[in-house]
Amino acid sequence: MSNTFLGMPALPVFGHGNLNATEPFPQAARRELANTQLRANLGHATHTIRDKRLKVVAELPDWEQMRDSGSAIKDATMANLPGMLEAFEANFTQRGGIIHWARDAQEANEIVTALIRETGETEVVKVKSMATQEIGLNEYLEEQGIAAYETDLAELIVQLDHDKPSHILVPAIHKNRSQVREIFLREMPGVDPLLTDEPARLAEAARKHLRKKFLTAKVAISGANFGLADTGTLTVVESEGNGRMCLTLPETLITVMGIEKLLPSWSDLEVFMQLLPRSSTGERMNPYTSLWTGVTPGDGPQNVHLVMLDNGRTAALADKMGRTALNCIRCSACMNVCPVYERTGGHAYGSTYPGPIGAILSPLMTGIKSEENNSLPYASSLCGACFDACPVKINIPEILVHLRGEDIDSQRAKIKVPTQMDLLMKGAEWAFSSGTKLNLLERGLPLGKLAAGRDKVIKKLPGIAGGWTKTRDIPAPPSQSFRQWWDKEHTPGTAVVPGMTPGNSAENSEGEQA
Amino acid sequence: MSAREDIMGRIKSALRDAPETPVVPREYRRSSNMSAEQRLEQLVDRLEDYKANVFVTPAAKAPAKLAELLAGSSSIVVPHGLPKEWLAELTDDAGSLAVHVDSPERRLTVAELDAVDAVVTAAATAVSETGTIMLDGSEDQGRRIISLVPDRHICLLRAGDIVEVLPEAIARLEATRPQTWISGPSATSDIELERVEGVHGPRILDVIILT
Repeated sequence: MSNTFLGMPALPVFGHGNLNATEPFPQAARRELANTQLRANLGHATHTIRDKRLKVVAELPDWEQMRDSGSAIKDATMANLPGMLEAFEANFTQRGGIIHWARDAQEANEIVTALIRETGETEVVKVKSMATQEIGLNEYLEEQGIAAYETDLAELIVQLDHDKPSHILVPAIHKNRSQVREIFLREMPGVDPLLTDEPARLAEAARKHLRKKFLTAKVAISGANFGLADTGTLTVVESEGNGRMCLTLPETLITVMGIEKLLPSWSDLEVFMQLLPRSSTGERMNPYTSLWTGVTPGDGPQNVHLVMLDNGRTAALADKMGRTALNCIRCSACMNVCPVYERTGGHAYGSTYPGPIGAILSPLMTGIKSEENNSLPYASSLCGACFDACPVKINIPEILVHLRGEDIDSQRAKIKVPTQMDLLMKGAEWAFSSGTKLNLLERGLPLGKLAAGRDKVIKKLPGIAGGWTKTRDIPAPPSQSFRQWWDKEHTPGTAVVPGMTPGNSAENSEGEQA
Repeated sequence: MSAREDIMGRIKSALRDAPETPVVPREYRRSSNMSAEQRLEQLVDRLEDYKANVFVTPAAKAPAKLAELLAGSSSIVVPHGLPKEWLAELTDDAGSLAVHVDSPERRLTVAELDAVDAVVTAAATAVSETGTIMLDGSEDQGRRIISLVPDRHICLLRAGDIVEVLPEAIARLEATRPQTWISGPSATSDIELERVEGVHGPRILDVIILT
C-alpha cells in the first residue's frame, strides 16, 4: 500500500513554537509606536550600530568579494544538504559526540528534557541561542521542573524582567541603562543597592550574580553559529565569556542547532568569521569564539550532545523563491538598518525572528496561513536597505513580494466572493489592456476635480481605498491626463519633441520599438 | 520512521527541483602582502583598540617582563607545556609567588583556578587585521578552562606566529582541536550597544609579543 506513495513529493511540514505573529502586524505596530521611550531607545541603539558596522565594513577592501563567497557557500550547502548533514554527523559522532534529530519544537524540547533528566540535575545554564528561543525551551523546562538560567547579559535582563527578546543579537535593545538598573535592583538577589546605571557597573553586577552558577553548573545548553561538515566542528561566537563558561565548565553540554547552520568545510569559516562579527556588532572580531569537535578527553564537557532541528526549515527549503532565507547567519544587520524595525521594535513582529529577515523566515517556516504571519511580509516599505546590508546577500525585498503573492493567493482560495481588491484589479486589468480603454477612463478625470471641491483636496475615498485617505489627503486630479495633453499639443505624424531633431527622436525610440 | 529518516526525506523532497550547486568564488584576500614589522604594528594597534595591554619585547627579556607584570601577585597557573625558561625569573623573591602547573596528571579544580590571580599561556597564532589571538589547547596553552576562570590572562605570543588575515590563520590551525579565539578582554555591547570591558571572562588581558 505504502509503495503507491513512493517518490511522491511530501507536503511541506511546517514549524511550531515562538514563530508566530499573534496579532496582525499593523495592530501590534500601532501599540508599540505609542511607546515613546521604546522609540527613543531603539533609535539610539540602531543608529549607533549602523555607524559602527559601516566603519568596520569600509576597512576591508574585499568586503563585496566576501559577500559573494558567503552567498555561494550557503547556496551550495542548501543544494547538498543531505550529504552535508551525513558528513557532519559522521565526523561529530566519530569524536564522541551524540546526535539527536528533532522534527519540531515539541520533539526537541522532549529530547533536551530527557537528556537533562539523565544527569539528575534540575538546573542548567544557557548560552544565548535563537533555536532554543524559537522552540520555547525555557518555558518547557520550567513546566518540567527544570530551571534554565540565561547567562548572556541581554538575555539575563529580559529573563529577570519576565519580558520577551526584541532583537536577535541584543534581546534587550529596547531597554536603556536606567531601565536595566531598575530591573537589576528589583529582581537580582543580593544586588548592591548603590548600583549606578553605568554600563560597566551593570556588567559587573551580572558577573557577580552569575559567577557561582557558572562554577557549579553541571549541565549547559547552547546554540551554535556554524557546524562544519568536513570536520564535525561546532562554533559559538560571543563577547562576554558566558559562552566559554557554559561550553567549558559543565560535565554535560547539549547544543540545539538548526539543520541549515552547516558550512561545507573548515576553510569556509574564514569567510563567515569575517562577515559575521563586522555585520552584527560592528567589531573587527567578537571578543570570544569557541570551537569544539565532539569530546576532547580531559578538556571541557565529556558528555556532548547535539540536537539537529527541523521545525519548518525543510518547509522553507521547499519554497524555491524563499529558500535563500535559510542562508541567514543571524547577524541582525537587516533589522538594524530597517526603517520599520527602527520604529516598531521587535515585539511587534510576534515571532522570535523580528525585522526584515523575520518577516520572511517566520511565514516560510510556519506557512503563510499560520496565525497572523500573513501580515508580516507587509511590514516593509521594500526600500531594500536590508538586502544591501545582508552579508550573505539574501534578497529580502524579493521574498517579501513573493510572500505577499502567497498571501493573496491563499485568501482567494478561502473566499469565494471576489473582494474589492479583486474587483479593482479586474478593473485595472481592463483599463490598462488598451489605450482606447484608458482614454475612455481618463475622460472621467474632471469628475475627480469636482469631487475635490474648492479646497482642491479629496479627504475621503470610498471602500478599501479609504485606508489611504485615513491618514492623508489626495490633491485634486488635473482636468486632463498627460496623454490627453500630448494629443492636443501634437498632431499625429508630425510630432516634434522640443529640443530634438526628428532624427534623434527616432533613434531614441528604437528601444521602445523592440 | 525515525526522526532522522523523516527529516532527510523532507529535505530530499524539498530539493526535488535539484537546485544547482554554484561554483564558490574566492576573490577575497587569502594571504598577506604586509611585512612582519607591519603585521606586528597592526596587531598591537588592534589589540590596544580592544583594551588589551600589549608589550613587545625580545624573547630573551620575556622572563623579566613576566616577572615585572606579576609583581604583587600571589599565585598563578600555567599549562605543563609552557616553556620553563619563561618562568625563570619568577621565583627569585623568596618564593612568594605560587606557580601551579596544570597537567594531565594533576588537573586543577574549578575552585583552585578561581583562587589564582592569573594564568600564563602561549598562543598558537594571531591575526593582526582583527586583533585576534588563537589558542588551540596545545601543551603550552593548556586546557580551555585554565585560560578562562582566572581574572587575568597573560599570553605570550611569538612574533613569527602573527599572520595578517583570517584565512592564513585557518590554514595554520587544526579544526578538530578545541579552540578559543580571543580578541581583547571579555566585553559586552548589550546595554545601548556601547562596548564595555569586563564581564565573565578574564577582565585583564596582557599580551607579551616576543620578537
